[in-house]
Amino acid sequence: MIRPGKMLKQVLESVFKKPATTEYPLVKARMPDNFRGKIVFHPERCIGCRLCMKDCPSGAIEIRKVGEKKFECEIDLGKCIYCAQCVDSCLKKALEATREFELAVLDRKKLKVTYNAETGEVSKG
Amino acid sequence: MHKVVIPIGPQHPALKEPESFSVTLSGEKIMKFSARLGYNHRGIEKACEERTYIQDVYLTERICGICSHSHSTCFVQAVEEIAGADIPKRALYIRTLVGELERIHSHLLWLGVAGHEVGFDTLLMYTWRDREVVMDILAMLTGNRVNYGINTIGGVRRDVTAEQGKAILKAMDTLEERTNYYIQIATKETTLIQRLSGVGLLSNKDALKLGAVGPTARASGVDRDVRRDDPYAAYAEVKFKVITDNHNDVYGRTLVRVGELLETYKIIRQIIKKMPEGPLTVKVPRKIPAGEAVSRYEAPRGEDMHYVKSNGTEKPDRVKVRAPTLANIQTVAKMLEDRQLADLPIVIAAIDPCFSCTDRLTGIRHAGKRSKSVLKWEELHAYSIRHYREHGIDFAELNKKMRKALK
Ligand code: SF4
Ligand code: SF4
Repeated sequence: MIRPGKMLKQVLESVFKKPATTEYPLVKARMPDNFRGKIVFHPERCIGCRLCMKDCPSGAIEIRKVGEKKFECEIDLGKCIYCAQCVDSCLKKALEATREFELAVLDRKKLKVTYNAETGEVSKG
Repeated sequence: MHKVVIPIGPQHPALKEPESFSVTLSGEKIMKFSARLGYNHRGIEKACEERTYIQDVYLTERICGICSHSHSTCFVQAVEEIAGADIPKRALYIRTLVGELERIHSHLLWLGVAGHEVGFDTLLMYTWRDREVVMDILAMLTGNRVNYGINTIGGVRRDVTAEQGKAILKAMDTLEERTNYYIQIATKETTLIQRLSGVGLLSNKDALKLGAVGPTARASGVDRDVRRDDPYAAYAEVKFKVITDNHNDVYGRTLVRVGELLETYKIIRQIIKKMPEGPLTVKVPRKIPAGEAVSRYEAPRGEDMHYVKSNGTEKPDRVKVRAPTLANIQTVAKMLEDRQLADLPIVIAAIDPCFSCTDRLTGIRHAGKRSKSVLKWEELHAYSIRHYREHGIDFAELNKKMRKALK
């Protein structure tokens, strides 16, 4: 039958249901397993071929030689488009995409993340 | 009667993208409608020439935020054709799968927007809630909700596991049930039928003449669909109907889109069932031999077209993109002729426009005497420096300061 208010029943039913939205940020959001988030660097695996730099669409990644067979990596989180092409390009699995996505900072300089060649630790700025 | 010209946009609260329309009115009646594109020009085609093919995959993916997979697939298809690569079957199936999932989310999104434009916000809330089902599936498959990054030159980057296949089939059942519900709403809710019927009329003849594509054309009885007429990816191996309608109005466009949703569920079920085993990629050299190719793709909004010309290097010589909205935007003027101003939002929304996809070119003209001459890049550059100098701003100084500040 053609009549107005066809959705009324559903609307009324919804009054008694839980909200469809999630309560982020009160409840932490879990990203899917193959999410392309912040890229991390494993210096011990890197051989310095710089394929990652060559393929990065946004010029966000830089591999620097700091010693004999020692490389450090700088990623500009502000430039990175989180495509994970660098992860695919790296034949040595030295780069990895994580599920980390809450990357906003108040100081722009902090967006530049450097992974130390020795310890792999992150230093910002 | 006295004529009034109303500018709408480029920044307007009712529009989600910067585009500009000029509407000539006589009373409430639209006498003339013209669209001015170019406010969202990002120079993507030029940027493609300066990047390697693999980088361009991500760049073309970002032409559109909704049909991102359409653009990247269209681009890689062209490159693969030039390179003569034989793409593994499984990769083609996965491309088709993601493409169809994208169609679901795009059509559900449109249904909500259309509801919103005619004041039926209840429909918006529910379609967008249901759209989350397909967004979650896309996130599960590819990692991200938008810009799936599934394509690469020579295949796809991620596999579909058997478990994921099951989850997809389950989601299709949920969505099919919901779509059937929306079909019921669309065919029985009088407020919706009366608001959309007879609005934005585009006759079959005009649709053909103006070169409409996609659901806009199919709702005017134009039986065209690239998926069937020129099958790419795995479309030759699945069975589906091309939905057409003869209402010629916004109501018809609604029926075509919800009808297409049902067909899409069928396609996805077949894809999951038939997906062959095998590798995901084939190796394509970084240097693509000289050649050219045109690739067609049925995006949710209609036929998308990419032209790629290579010159034997790692970077393309030319990339040209014709997004579906560019083909459809001309029809809007026809649809609005002699109609009420109040119909304008829904008629524009009914072609499911995407202006940032469309803006491939900006021509800049002198506002003064030489109104006919088009400025070239160098002239514009010189003109802008001169203009700002006359107003006391020197960019050479500013640039120096900026460089210092950025250090
Ligand atoms: S591609 Fe991998 S191994 Fe090569 S430089 Fe980059 S991180 Fe190092
Ligand atoms: S994720 Fe993409 S944009 Fe970011 S560093 Fe890697 S290749 Fe570059």
